[in-house]
Amino acid sequence: MPLVLEKRAERSTRMALLSPVIAIALTLITGAVLFAIRGIEPLHGLYVYFVEPLTQMWSVEQLIVKATPLVLIGVGLAVCYTANVWNIGAEGQFTMGAILGGMIPVLFPAWQSPLTLITMLLFGILGGMAWAAIPALLKTRFNANEILTSLMLVYVAQLLLDWLVRGPWRDPQGFNFPKTITFDGWQLLPMLSGSIHLGVLFALAAALVLAFVMARMLKGFEIRVSGNAPRAGRFAGFSRPRTIMFCFLLSGGLAGLAGITEVASVVAQLQPQISPGYGFTAIIVAFLGRLNPIGAIFAGLMLALSYLGGEAAQVTLGLSDRIAKVFQGILLFYILACDTLILYRFRWLKTQVSAAVQPAE
Amino acid sequence: MTDNGGKNHLLEALHIVKTFGSLRANDDVSLFVRPSEIHALLGENGAGKSTLVKIIYGALQPTAGELRWHGAPVTIASPAAARKLGIGMVFQHFSLFEALSVAENIALALPGAFDIAALSQKISRISKEYGLPLEPSAIVGDLSVGERQRIEIIRCLLQEPKLLIMDEPTAVLTPQEADQLFLVLERLAKESCSILYISHRLEEVKRLCQSATILRQGKVVACVDPRQETAASLARLMVGGDIHVVRAKAKPQSGKPRLVLDKVALKQDGPFGVSLRDISLAVAGGEVVAIAGVAGNGQSELFDAISGEKLLAREEALVIDGKPCGRRGITERRKMGAAFVPEERLGHGAVPAFRLSENVILTRYASDKNLTKSGTIGRDAALGVSERVIKSFDVRKGKPDPEARALSGGNLQKFVVGRELDRNPAVLVVNQPTWGVDAGAAATIRQALVDLARAGAAVLVISQDLDEIFEIADRIAVISRGQLSEAYPASDLTAEKIGLLMAGEHEVREERHAARA
Repeated sequence: MPLVLEKRAERSTRMALLSPVIAIALTLITGAVLFAIRGIEPLHGLYVYFVEPLTQMWSVEQLIVKATPLVLIGVGLAVCYTANVWNIGAEGQFTMGAILGGMIPVLFPAWQSPLTLITMLLFGILGGMAWAAIPALLKTRFNANEILTSLMLVYVAQLLLDWLVRGPWRDPQGFNFPKTITFDGWQLLPMLSGSIHLGVLFALAAALVLAFVMARMLKGFEIRVSGNAPRAGRFAGFSRPRTIMFCFLLSGGLAGLAGITEVASVVAQLQPQISPGYGFTAIIVAFLGRLNPIGAIFAGLMLALSYLGGEAAQVTLGLSDRIAKVFQGILLFYILACDTLILYRFRWLKTQVSAAVQPAE
Repeated sequence: MTDNGGKNHLLEALHIVKTFGSLRANDDVSLFVRPSEIHALLGENGAGKSTLVKIIYGALQPTAGELRWHGAPVTIASPAAARKLGIGMVFQHFSLFEALSVAENIALALPGAFDIAALSQKISRISKEYGLPLEPSAIVGDLSVGERQRIEIIRCLLQEPKLLIMDEPTAVLTPQEADQLFLVLERLAKESCSILYISHRLEEVKRLCQSATILRQGKVVACVDPRQETAASLARLMVGGDIHVVRAKAKPQSGKPRLVLDKVALKQDGPFGVSLRDISLAVAGGEVVAIAGVAGNGQSELFDAISGEKLLAREEALVIDGKPCGRRGITERRKMGAAFVPEERLGHGAVPAFRLSENVILTRYASDKNLTKSGTIGRDAALGVSERVIKSFDVRKGKPDPEARALSGGNLQKFVVGRELDRNPAVLVVNQPTWGVDAGAAATIRQALVDLARAGAAVLVISQDLDEIFEIADRIAVISRGQLSEAYPASDLTAEKIGLLMAGEHEVREERHAARA
C-alpha cells in the first residue's frame, strides 16, 4: 500500500485555509519534542512560550507593537510574492527607511513641528523605495536574480547604518556609544494607548487597502496574472517589467515606512541594532498569511508571539533567545510543505483485488 | 467467463472506473487489444481517452476495475512499471531537451549507465530497419517536429515493446510524414507489436486500424471494425448525432481591407526561433484567409507580431481598419477592434488557476467599458459575459465558474474563442483554432469563424490542419521558414500545390540574389 501524491483537478480552497493550521500544529509538536530533548516538561514549555505572553496586558501591548512592522512589511511582500517577484531584502529596505527618515532629527535636532514627523515618514518611505529600486532595475534591465541582489543589499544597508552611527552621526554627548541623539517630541510617533503607537494604524490601513487592491482592482488583477501566468499577462497587455518595478517599490516603501516607524517609536534613535530581523521574519508572515493582506495581520500577530515567547523562554526556561528563530524556521518549513496539499492530495494505492472483477462480454 | 477470447488478448482493461471529484472520466470502460493489431481509441475531447490511456500507462490509478496483461491480472503502478511490462507510449507533446543530441535524449530515458557510442549504433540500426531516418548526433533543436517524433518512437522501440500507445501522432505531421509513419506502424504490427492509436482523424483510422473502441462521455458506446464503417458513421458514434457541416454563405463582394501587413520583419528570439522576413498580406472584411504551414516555420512569431505581443519597428507595417499600429501594444490594437486567440490555451490564452469569469477580464478589460469602473473590476459583468459565452458555445463544465484548468481542452478552446467572438471584433486573428479539439467542438468553432467573417469582419486563421483550411478559407497563403507566399483563392489550390509551397517554393533565397548581382 504505497502512499502517493495525486494532483487535484483544482486548487482546494479548504486546504489553502487549513494548511497554515496544520503547519502551526506540527510546529507545536516539534517544539514540544525540542523542549523534551532539553529536559523541559513539553507542555510547560509550550505554555511559557505561546500562552503566558497573552495573559498580561503589558505583553499584549508588546505583541501589537512587535506585530506592527511585521504586518507592514508582510503585506508588501505578500503582493510581491503573488506576482512571483522575490524581494528577500526587506530588512535592508527597512534599514534604509530608518536611515533616511532618521536623518531629519539627526541633522536638524531643533526642528519641532508636526511637519517634522511627516517629513521623517516620507523620507522613510522614499529610502525603502530607493533601496528596492536597485534590485528591480537590475532585474528588468539585466535579468539579474532579484533574490540575490535584494538579499546582498541588506548587508550593505546594515553596514552603512553601522558606519553612520559610529562616525558622522554619533551623539557627541553619547559617551562614544554607537548611537545618535535620542529623538523627542515631534520626532516621535504619537502614542495611542500604553506602549502602542500610531504605526499600528499604518499597518492596518496598509493591509486593508492592499486587500481591496488585490481582490477588486485591475492593478491587483494584473499582479496576480503576472505571477500566475506571465505569458498570459503579456497577452493581456500587462508589462512584466512594470509589475516587477511596482512590486519592489510598493514593498520597499512599506518596509521603509516600517523602518522609520520603528526608530520613531520603540528605538527612538538610530543605533546598529534597530530590528530583530523583522524584514526576514515578514517573509514568513507573508506565507503564513496565505499571501493575503488580511491574512498577514493574523500571521504578523502569530510571529510577534514567537518573538515574545523567545524572550519568555530565555527568562523563565533559561533557553537562548535564538529559540525564536528556530520556531520561525520550523513554521516556514511546515507551511511550505503543507502548501503542497493545496494542489495535491495523499492517496493510498490499493492493491487490485482480481477475484472481484470478471471480464465482460 | 474466460473463454471469450480473453486468453488471446494482449491487454484487457475491464470495467475501468476513474473519478475526479464528482466527474466520472471513465465509467465502466472495457477495452480489449489483440496481439498484432492496430486498435483505435476514438472519442471527443473529454470523452475519457486520455484518462484511459494514462491508466494503462501507469500514470493514473483506476478507482475501480482491473487490467490484464496476457490474461493475468496486473497492477501498473507507474510508467516505469508499464515499460517493464512492454508498454511504450509516444505522447502528443514531446519531452525532449532541445540543446541535447538525439542519442543523448534517448540515453536519458533509458535505465542503466550511458554508453553513447553503443547507443548511437543501436539507434542507427533501428532507424534503418524501420525506415525512420534519424542521425543520432543531430541536435534536437535543429530537427523538425516529424523528426522529433521519430526520436520518441525509437526511444520506445529500443525497449522492444509489445504494445505501443500513440497519442494523436499525425496532428503535427505533414501529409507525407504521416504516410511514412503509417508504413512504420503497419510494419510494427506485423512484427507482433500491438498499437493503441488515438486520433481524431477518422480517415486515418479507417485506413490503418483493424478495430476501434469508441468512447463518449466516459462510456464505451461501440466497438467496431472501422474498415466496415464510413467516416460519417464513425463520427456519428463519437458525437452521438450527425456532425454539423460548416456552411458558408457565398462570399460577399470583396470588402475593404481591414487587416494589412506590409513587409513585416522580426528578428528571431532565441536559437530555436524563426525570423520573419518581408511578410505582406491584406485581409478584407467578409473573408477568411488561412495561413498554412508545418509547425515551427514562424507561425507563433507571426501571431505575436500581429497581436502586438512583440512590437514592430515601423508603425505602417501593420494597419488595422486603416490605422497604422505596428508600434502599439496589444491593448491598443484590441481597442481598435482586433481580437486574438493564441495557440496555447493554458498559460497564454487563459490563466490556468483563474476562474472563467476572471479569464474574461484578461482580454477584455480595456475594450469593454462595463468590465472596469475607475480601476475596480466589475465581477458581475464579467460573470455575465462568461455565462453568455458558456451558453452560446455549449462549454461543458463540472461546476459554475470553474478554474480554466479544470476544463477539458475542447471546452476551454470553445471558451477562449467564444470570449473573443462575443465582442464582435472587426478583425480576428486565431492561431490553431481547433488544435487538439474534438470533431463536434471543431465544427462549432469553424462555423463561428465563417459566420463572423460573413458578418463583415476580417478573419485570419493560422493552421496546420489542411482539411480545416480547405473547409473555411476563402484565400490561402503558406508560411515556410518565416516567409509567406502570396495568398491564392482556395479554389485555385490543390493539396499538391500547398505541399510544394510548404516545402519553400516561394522562398526568396539570398544565394539567388547574390548570383544575380
